[in-house]
Amino acid sequence: MLRLEQVSMSVNQNNGDNKEILHNIDLEFDAGKLYAITGPNGGGKTSLAKVIMGIYGISTGKIYLHEEEISHLTVTERARKGIAYAFQQPPRFKGLTVGDLLKIADSDLDIIGLRKSLRDVGLCPEDYLDRDVGPGLSGGEMKRIEIAQVLARRAAVSIFDEPEAGVDLWTIQRLIGIIVNRYKDNPNNTAIIITHNENVLPICDEIIVLEEGRIRSRGTYEEVWPLIRDDIECKRRLECRGEMGYEIQ
Amino acid sequence: MKFNEIDANLLNTIANITEVPSGAVNIRKDGQPLIRMSSPNIIINPKQDKPGIDVIVKPGTKDESVHIPVLVTKAGLQDLVYNTFEIGEDADVTIIAGCGIHNDSHQDSGHDGIHEFIVKPGARVRYVEKHYGAGSGSGKRVLNPTTIVRMGCGSYAEMELVQIKGVDDTYRKTLAYVEDHAHLKIVERLLTHNDQQAQSEIEISIEGQDGSAQILSRSVAKDNSSQVFKAAMIGKAACTGHVECDSIIMGNAIIKAIPSLVAENSEAVLTHEAAIGKIAGEQLIKLMSLGLTETEAINTIIDGFLR
Repeated sequence: MLRLEQVSMSVNQNNGDNKEILHNIDLEFDAGKLYAITGPNGGGKTSLAKVIMGIYGISTGKIYLHEEEISHLTVTERARKGIAYAFQQPPRFKGLTVGDLLKIADSDLDIIGLRKSLRDVGLCPEDYLDRDVGPGLSGGEMKRIEIAQVLARRAAVSIFDEPEAGVDLWTIQRLIGIIVNRYKDNPNNTAIIITHNENVLPICDEIIVLEEGRIRSRGTYEEVWPLIRDDIECKRRLECRGEMGYEIQ
Repeated sequence: MKFNEIDANLLNTIANITEVPSGAVNIRKDGQPLIRMSSPNIIINPKQDKPGIDVIVKPGTKDESVHIPVLVTKAGLQDLVYNTFEIGEDADVTIIAGCGIHNDSHQDSGHDGIHEFIVKPGARVRYVEKHYGAGSGSGKRVLNPTTIVRMGCGSYAEMELVQIKGVDDTYRKTLAYVEDHAHLKIVERLLTHNDQQAQSEIEISIEGQDGSAQILSRSVAKDNSSQVFKAAMIGKAACTGHVECDSIIMGNAIIKAIPSLVAENSEAVLTHEAAIGKIAGEQLIKLMSLGLTETEAINTIIDGFLR
């Protein structure tokens, strides 16, 4: 469904030098499957998502959707072709309501559909449909509204960038449940979840570990987990000793 | 009565009118009254000493509205009008005003409206004034409204002052005096484009105990247009006042926002916020990721911002 061939991405640094963020990435995402992309901070996960959405350009390589090359397409064109992206930190809009954004995501949504979209992400429609997507919403509320928009698009490829960030434990379980129901074994769609949450990994069909802009490993949970478990345990111990600069409560 | 196409477009844009509305109405066209009707509770009388009307709302009038739009379609006309609104005690009414100028000529057309509101104790009024310019002429469409508001004890007024588009030059001056327990909210929305210029000065003096006032301004300046917004909140008693001006700047536009707070009483609590900035790239990208083009995304953001 979605294929990346030898994709690299660079950014200009302040000193004028180019820094390569993603190096020769080869990846394929099939319909009906759920993918997790994980790895340490700064490994290139969000950059990869933005490259797929067309927000970041690529320096080399090609991207295909349904075997059609989309590397040259704009964000709008890719969205219309069937790629959707739930931002890690969605922007706020003064004057636009939650209902406005959902209607932009899917103009066919009627009031029943709008209400269902919010209920699916654990928000009460009466409280949120007419609310401004402005400073009055918390980070967790923004995140759920963002996910509701991507779910509403019913895109062929949906990318969720750290859906767990800022969302309470009960809601993240519900959101993950909705994503699994919507995408797993669905022959028309695929979902990619960028995550640091180890509870999300077992429910995914395939896990891709990105580190320093390269694919460190990929495979099923059973194949990949033993390879990254030690790193996660090590990070936990460092956190417990305060060596990460903060304490686990 | 059937309006011609130009009048119908202007009336629909500034006052959502497609036919003569029920209730009290005064439609002024090219310096002359076109339609004037009072209602049992809202009396409209022409002024005897100068152009304009007195709108008198009887005490206790509830849930009624009055429409007083102005049309300027005659090339070169400089219309000047003085209107006085007296809102009786405990009345609760809506006033729909506004001015639309259609100018197809090379001569400037303009309308200066001098409005005075006397809001009696306990009265509530919602006032909506929209300004709009249309027509293909090179002559300017000029609107210079002056509004004076006197808020009696325990009264409430909400004023929505909107410049939709097409107005080349505007100088708006608003003065308000707020007595005990009264509340005034002024919401201003302004869009300028091409080489248009707009200046708005609002000064609210809160003179009574527990009086309160808000000024909320949202503006968008595009192309080579320029805007100056001055908002002064003066607290003369134990009161609260807030000024908020938020602007989106685009192209080569210039915006000056000058909020000012003056406390003349140690119990006055006055605050202000001001922000000017372009549309954030991440906002555009976000809407484009939902399938909008860049132009559609810009228009959606501006429409929402000025809503």
